[in-house]
Amino acid sequence: MSYEINIGILALQGDIEENIVATRDAMSSLSLNAYTSPVRYQKELESVDGLIIPGGESTVIGNLLTLKSGIRTTLQKRLIQGMPAMGTCAGMIVMAKKAYDSVVGKMNQPLLGVLDIVVERNSFGRQNESFEANLPIDGFEGEDFRGVFIRAPSATKVGTNVKILGRFAEKVVAVQQGNIIGTSFHPELSGDLRFHKLLVALIMRSRKE
Amino acid sequence: MTISLIPSADSFRGIKKSIIGKKEVVRGTSLVKRGFAHMQKHGVIMDVTNVEQAHIAEEAGAVAVMVLDKLPFDVRKAGGVARTASVKVIEQVLDSISIPIMAKCRIGHASEALILQEVGVDMIDESEVLTPADEERHIWKWDYTTPFVNGAKNLGEALRRIEEGAAMIRTKGEPGTGNVAEAVTHIQSVNGDIRKIRSVYEDEDLQELIRVGREFRTSFELVKETGRLGRLPVVNFAAGGVSTPADAALLMNLGCDGIFVGSGVFIAEDPLERAKAIVLATTYFDDPKIVMEAQKMVDERKSMLGLDTKNLDLKMQERGPSV
Repeated sequence: MSYEINIGILALQGDIEENIVATRDAMSSLSLNAYTSPVRYQKELESVDGLIIPGGESTVIGNLLTLKSGIRTTLQKRLIQGMPAMGTCAGMIVMAKKAYDSVVGKMNQPLLGVLDIVVERNSFGRQNESFEANLPIDGFEGEDFRGVFIRAPSATKVGTNVKILGRFAEKVVAVQQGNIIGTSFHPELSGDLRFHKLLVALIMRSRKE
Repeated sequence: MTISLIPSADSFRGIKKSIIGKKEVVRGTSLVKRGFAHMQKHGVIMDVTNVEQAHIAEEAGAVAVMVLDKLPFDVRKAGGVARTASVKVIEQVLDSISIPIMAKCRIGHASEALILQEVGVDMIDESEVLTPADEERHIWKWDYTTPFVNGAKNLGEALRRIEEGAAMIRTKGEPGTGNVAEAVTHIQSVNGDIRKIRSVYEDEDLQELIRVGREFRTSFELVKETGRLGRLPVVNFAAGGVSTPADAALLMNLGCDGIFVGSGVFIAEDPLERAKAIVLATTYFDDPKIVMEAQKMVDERKSMLGLDTKNLDLKMQERGPSV
């Protein structure tokens, strides 16, 4: 069987399976024949057309990226070359230029530094403050998007080449820079596939170019 | 939906609604509580008793820490009544690290749980490591905004805890022994019963599904959902006796979603290296080469000696209500 595209889910830690299911659902609703698989090795990273960095703990995912040699540099290189990617929550933090914690402050955690934003971790508070809410997303037609915010971060500084896709409570919670999408919330948990479809659209477009 | 929300509650006290900028904001829903547990998957949650250990755990790549007064091994040594950790210690840890912080309360001790919710921990473990406060019933966890994790040694216990509102399950194992045998028994028991329910579900044998629900002393709805999913409806971690990277890989290969390490790290003589190695082996559990590299990072001469689970004075897994 041959596939039209190959989408990887970075499978070091976090809600990997949930992103695989959401991506598969998005593909089948678009009638696309795609291969979706967990990615943990440099070789696998080299062959994907697009990547999702899932939710989880950004410190853990960042640490594991540096533990096994090759993954981090390959990932950085491919993202700089324009590989489409989406980071949800921890995934957005891992791709950011800079991150600090709302309580602890300065963090000394490994980041990929490819997304030109400064992230405040736990920006809405701890788990008891985690919430669901609807919010409008720039470019999405129809209903508001159901945001599931779990110890969610926000972007406190946004580079000039970064488009703000969504805000909540005056905080920036969804961004796009070229082929990279970052969200503070978890589109893989809400049952709304529009972000996963947006990533697929970016992959299809970048393959035509 | 990519995560199961059965059973779910809409009207319990744990759910808080408010308005932010004309938008309704809902906290404490099943999605938000179980979603938190889903973010822990493939990770290692480490027991700590103070800020120094919390820093080591965070540096080593723990996905969360569990704050307790004494490590399970020391609870066994000390005897007496084991209670929830000091509020001041929990607060110090909350102010020191960026990863989620959990804490244990006694089984059935709703007041300790409310205190932990007020302190602001990210998850509460209603734990048999502490001395049970109620021999009849567990906490009704739907009434809390903070998610709960509960121990279980078989599928019936797991489903009953989920019915009470637990957002996550872990095996009970035999904590503080450095021996994974009991955790292995528990996860295999859960897996075996799930396989049975799955095949009954696939046969569409409604009568048998209802009978199984009665056997497990849990609701038909929850048994049916387990059959549909072919797994527990919530995240399921291994706990109790994990000491080495190989232990973590063993339990991940049995289908656990992640690992709790209690005494295994900080009773050992090489906590930082060991914690890092267990994290690595948990992520690459199915790759023998990397598990071997992880195992090489620890020195067996520095592992905790451990206890034979057959001749224990105190079997923690057997404490607490039987329903």
